[in-house]
Formats: sequence, structure tokens, C-alpha cells
Amino acid sequence: MSANQLALWYLFAAVTFILALKGLSHPTSARRGNYFGMVGMFIAVVVTLALIYAQTKNVLPILGGMVIGAVIGSIVARRVHMTQMPELVAAMHSLVGLAAVFIAIAAVNNPEAMGLHKPITGLHKAELFIGTFIGAITFSGSVIAFGKLAGLGKHFRPFSSAPVVFPGQHWLNLILGVVMIVFGILFFTASEGEWPPFIVMTAIAFLLGFLLIIPIGGADMPVVISMLNSYSGWAAAGIGFSLDNPMLIVAGSLVGSSGAILSYIMCKAMNRSFISVILGGFGGESATVADTQQKTVKSGSPDDAAFLLSNAENVIIVPGYGLAVARAQHAVKELAAKLTAKGVNVKYAIHPVAGRMPGHMNVLLAEAEVPYDQVFEMEDINSEFPQCDVALILGANDVVNPLAEQKGSAIYGMPIIEAHKAKAVLVNKRSMASGYAGIDNPLFYMDRTMMVFGDAKKVVEELVKAVD
Amino acid sequence: MNPAVDPIVFYLTIFVLAVFVGYHVIWGVTPALHTPLMSLTNAISSIILVGAMLAAGSEQLDWGGWLGVLAVALVSINTFGGFLVTQRMLEMFKKKEPKSSGKGKE
Repeated sequence: MSANQLALWYLFAAVTFILALKGLSHPTSARRGNYFGMVGMFIAVVVTLALIYAQTKNVLPILGGMVIGAVIGSIVARRVHMTQMPELVAAMHSLVGLAAVFIAIAAVNNPEAMGLHKPITGLHKAELFIGTFIGAITFSGSVIAFGKLAGLGKHFRPFSSAPVVFPGQHWLNLILGVVMIVFGILFFTASEGEWPPFIVMTAIAFLLGFLLIIPIGGADMPVVISMLNSYSGWAAAGIGFSLDNPMLIVAGSLVGSSGAILSYIMCKAMNRSFISVILGGFGGESATVADTQQKTVKSGSPDDAAFLLSNAENVIIVPGYGLAVARAQHAVKELAAKLTAKGVNVKYAIHPVAGRMPGHMNVLLAEAEVPYDQVFEMEDINSEFPQCDVALILGANDVVNPLAEQKGSAIYGMPIIEAHKAKAVLVNKRSMASGYAGIDNPLFYMDRTMMVFGDAKKVVEELVKAVD
Repeated sequence: MNPAVDPIVFYLTIFVLAVFVGYHVIWGVTPALHTPLMSLTNAISSIILVGAMLAAGSEQLDWGGWLGVLAVALVSINTFGGFLVTQRMLEMFKKKEPKSSGKGKE
């Protein structure tokens, strides 16, 4: 196979990746999109194998490694719970990052095998430097993100979902970043003996990834995971530059921009600036509620709530992460089906940060077989609340807090689901504790609001029984 | 191709255009599918498998070559796991024709 043929096959693969992402514009075309991605990956792997076979015949170790990875990957993909998707994605980011570092090390060790000149040129070294440090930061950062998402804080403090902060943290990071770049410059200006600066630079990058993620609290995880998604793409693009491979550059840039856009969307949905998320120190520990004055809440039994629901015409369910934690999605679906059978019009309203990663709640509802045409994004359904008879809020708090519309409040400007405009509001929560933002929610004290305390799953199951 | 232009300029051109394509395609993704988007991009970023294969397929398999083999194994987890878990999620978004409960089509 000539170099031109190879390049054309790689171009074909790059196009399929674009089509794969394009497919995700609608649920009906999404599966076709995923198949495009698989086809592109298959072609890229096969032509690369053919190239290596023609050059060195040394393909057995590669196939061995692929079989091991395929077995592990397939088992994980089949077994993982949908609630664990954020952890899985974080773990996968870390693998891409680590592999990028390994590839760069192998390239420094034996440039000719990767199609590079024997003393690597300064430019290629600079590109390797970029791929390596982004890869290393992606790896250690994703490991911390994984630990935080998996709730391993009890075993290892940096995994704590509360921010880990210490004085001078940001200065330390800045100094480390500068030192890393200095060693990077030493690496690509060195004519010989490039290993010491390369090793120091890589070690600092690993440390930096670790230090950058520990101060970020659990509430900001949707941003972090999107950001690391972006980094893993840029790492791939960096490796693509150093190996002169346009396909890697295209695929890496697609992933990089995807992650960047998702980070932006998540920041916007949480009303936080990207910089303040990166600097960390927010969320995790629930702050004390300043407002201590006694306010009365109306609380009711599931039977009362069921009565309200079955006499309503339009019901909008607002699921929050508390619902997913209680694994109540299936019970909610059953409740919705029963209400629909009684002639009630049921819809779901999803806030962009309802889960722990972008689009998480949609997947959790889809898993419970909620039809996607009953599920609406916040902007599309907010105008319907004034006509809604009952808004049923399950395990959500900050995302329905009307204080967001009040100047001067801590969450002013955050886009919310306007459940307070409904004719009646039912709220299920475990207690009156505040949400991540640590502020009180006036929605709970409205005359039209009835609280139903208890575990989401139990309460919803009782509602299902009571609706009969 | 103008021989005076360094190849890096062509790669930069590809890079910048790909970022633009990515930007426009990603904004078209429906928010409901953002989690599958993330697992799919994860699978796509495992394209560095190509680099790992080159490292693992070197003439003599020294320690650097074995590092390449290790990278192949690690990234293959992503390649297979990423596409399969995306597939699994997208199956859930399929329209269910015979509804098990509630009102059916009519």
C-alpha cells in the first residue's frame, strides 16, 4: 500500500467520525451515527495493521494487546450501570491520556518506528511535548475525577467530593506549569540526552493533573468531566501532529471541541464561570443556611399527593439527581404510565445539570423506558408551567429555586425550571437540607406547595399504589 | 503543493478546519444525547490506537515496543468499550412500539 493510499483511507475514516457525530443530532439517526464511527475505526485499524505487516511483519503483539483490551472493554460496556456512566467515562479518559504518554515515550525511544527522523526534529519534539503533557494531565486528572465520582473519598482524601484546598494552591500550580514548560523547552532544544528533561516534564504534568482536579467539588463534576473529555481529544490531536497523521488531528479536534462545548453548556447551566470552576473550592460540603427564621411548610402523605395527581389534567415531572441516587426511575415510569391511563397528560422537564454529567438524566429515563418524546429540555417546556396543574419535583432543589430570578441571591441568573409557576407543586425530598448551592429554596414555602418527605423510591412506589 | 510551505502549515490548516467542523457539528447534537456523545467521542479519541500500533509494531520489540503493546491494550478498552456502551445507550432511546403499560398507539 502506497503512502497516498494509506492517507486516503485515513481521510475516509476521518469523514466517518464527522458523520458519527452528526448522527447524534436526533435519537432516530443516532445508532446509524455510532455504526459510522465503528466503520471508521475498523478501517483505520485494518490499514494500519496492513502497513505494519508490510514493513515489519510484527503484528502478533498488537493483535494480542487488542484482544485483551477488547475483552475488558466489552465486559465493562455490558456490565456498567447507567448511574455509573460518569465514572466509566472518567476512567476511559484516563486511558486515552495514559496511552498518549506511552506513545510519546515510545516515539522518543525509537523515532524511526513511528516514521520520524532519527534525531527527532525540534518541531516534532515540541509537538510530542504538547501531546505528552496534555495526556499526562488528562490521565491523573481523570483518575481523581473517577475517584470523586465513585465516592472513594473515605479511602483516599484527594478522592473526596468536597474540594481539597490548601494555601498557595494556585501559585503552586502556576509555578509547576512554568517549570514544566521550561523543561519542555530544554527537551526540544537538546540535541542529545533528551531523556532527563522529558522525564521531569512528564512527571510534573502528572502531578499537575492531580493538583488541578482535587480542589474541584462534587457539584462541579459535570464541568470537569466535559473538560477532561476535551483534554483527551487535544492529547490525541497533539500525538497526531507529532506523528504527521492528519486523521488523528481531525479526530482529536472533533473530540476536543466537543468537550469544550459541553463544558461551556454545563457552566452556563450552573451559572458559573469556567475560571471559577477551575479554581475550585466550591460545593461538596453543604453550607449553612443563613436564613434561620421559622417558615412553615405544608407537608402531606403520598395519598394526598396521589389524589392531586390523579385529578390533574397536565402533570410535569421534574427529576433531579436525588431520584437517580434512589434508583426510582422505573417507579416514576410506572407512575407516569398509570396517570396516562387515567387520561392525565404527563411530561418530563430536564435541567441540563440534572445528572452528574451532560445528558445523564435523559439516559437514566431512557433506561427506565420512558419514551423520549415525553422528555423535554428546560427551554422547551418552561413556557408550559402556567398551564400545568401539578409539577412533581423528585430529588431536585437548586434547579427549581426561584431565587435565581431575584437580584442579589447567590444563584441569581442561573437558568431554572420554572416549576413555581405551576398551579400546584409537589416536592419529594428526604429532608429540608439545602442543595449544593447551600441556599434556601422559597419554592418549598409557597402556599401552593406540598412537601412529601421520604426516600424518592419509596414515595413514588406509594404514589403508584395510591393512584389506583 | 508549494514546496516552500512547511508540512506543519498543512497540518495546522487541517487542525483549524477540523475544530470548526467539530464546533458546528457538536452544537447540532440534541442535549438528550449528550451522554452518548461523550462516550462516542471517547471511543473516537481512542484513534490514537493507530499511534500505539506503530509503536508496538517496531522491528525489534524493545521496552519501548512493549510500552506500545501496553498502550494498544489500554486504548482497545476504550475503542471496544466506548462504541459498545454507546450502542447500549442508544438502544434505550429506540422507540418502543408495543408499550408494556399505559395507552398504546391508539
